[in-house]
Amino acid sequence: MAIEQKMIDIIAEQLSVDKEKVVSGASFTDDLGADSLDLVELIMAMEEGFDIEIPDEDAESITTVQNAIDYVKKLK
Amino acid sequence: MERRVVVTGIGLVTPVGIGTETAWKNICAGVSGIDTITRFDAGDYAVKIAAEITDYNTEDFFEKKEARHLDLFVQYGVVASRMALKDSGFAITPDNCGRVGVITGCGMGGLPNIEKQHNALLNRGPRKISPFFIPMVIPNMASGNISIDIGSKGPNLTLTTACAAGTHAVGEAFNYVKNGTCDVVISGGTEAVICGLGVAGFSAMKALSTRNDDPKTASRPFDKDRDGFIMGEGAGMIVLEEYEHAKARGAKIYAEVIGFGLSSDAYHIAAPPEDGEGAVRAMNNALLSAGVRPEDIDYINAHGTSTSLNDRGESRAVHQVFGDHANKIAISSTKSMTGHLLGAAGGIEAAFLALSITDQIAPPTINLHEPSPECDLDYVPNKVRKMEIKVAMSNSFGFGGTNGSLIMKRM
Repeated sequence: MAIEQKMIDIIAEQLSVDKEKVVSGASFTDDLGADSLDLVELIMAMEEGFDIEIPDEDAESITTVQNAIDYVKKLK
Repeated sequence: MERRVVVTGIGLVTPVGIGTETAWKNICAGVSGIDTITRFDAGDYAVKIAAEITDYNTEDFFEKKEARHLDLFVQYGVVASRMALKDSGFAITPDNCGRVGVITGCGMGGLPNIEKQHNALLNRGPRKISPFFIPMVIPNMASGNISIDIGSKGPNLTLTTACAAGTHAVGEAFNYVKNGTCDVVISGGTEAVICGLGVAGFSAMKALSTRNDDPKTASRPFDKDRDGFIMGEGAGMIVLEEYEHAKARGAKIYAEVIGFGLSSDAYHIAAPPEDGEGAVRAMNNALLSAGVRPEDIDYINAHGTSTSLNDRGESRAVHQVFGDHANKIAISSTKSMTGHLLGAAGGIEAAFLALSITDQIAPPTINLHEPSPECDLDYVPNKVRKMEIKVAMSNSFGFGGTNGSLIMKRM
């Protein structure tokens, strides 16, 4: 749960959206209004928040809230 | 028929106030916007004073995410442009947007963010550089974001001619409206470089005042005890509009822009020639462009930076251009109050020039108690003056030896 909640906080903060909108299936670009630069910044914020490194090739596959949560869970 | 150009809107974000009413009231009252630096710890710096804007709240103007991605100089420019456009009453629509341009002056761009990102690079490596770094710091992001914000789709330009940039921007805007490229251009200048790198850089040139113990009196243009300029920040944007266009919609008109002159010193990267020869040619070119005689000029908003070289050279240049009439011109440096806004200086000063003409008021040069012997003109010392101003000039001179003079007249 901790990872889910923290991830939602990071995404809501970075993309300036209400936490209620950060549901598991939400796409960063289609549902949460991110552009390509926002995506890069979001990945950097995830790296910062979870103290991990996300290689560029992995970052490309993280397109939804659930993708991001799953990715971090796998590492932790 | 020749197209005439008028000022129909003003937006000001300055160290003496945000909004035209506050800023102009303070300028006329002789209020200094200079104080001890709070933006960063300047304890180890030779220069500990600046004209910071301390009452600006980002969240009053931008959403959180947007604010994070807009450097301060961009924010100031956008805010001043919104104000100017609102003041003009002109509405940009899908039909007219292609005839509306934005031309901003900016000396340096996002220096505070360059400093911050460089720290990230050195301390944490290249992967920690923000994807917004470049689109935050490049100087034309002010005009770019203003255009996005207001929906103008004509020319979108930025001039980076150092401390002359604001004047050059307004002058080019004047040309664009006059020659028919645009009907309306929002123009002026914006700057925000009060950060360690900015202060240390100008300080190393010995260009800045070190009167740290008495900030309010540090900017003293033309005074014998002047010891350099004081860095300021902010934005001044004005709406220039073709006269018939403005008249047709019943717009309020502050003043008419009638002339713009430029020149280069071809002399030194930072110092003006002793006799102000480049300034002489900029002023003469402006007079020629306006089709007025030297004797027609009633008032000059001087470049007047409070450096030894500028104030002497500019005074000599005024003598050279105006001859006997020089002593009859009221000349003031509003930098005595605002500090030097660098690329934004010409923007706020064009706004002050228009307001001087509208209100028939010459603002004071404060802290002028004993004029330097080489500065022997009427600098409107310390007290605002009600006077007739039919035709007036504003000067700006920048590093790189680049000069600009604007002339406006009462409608």
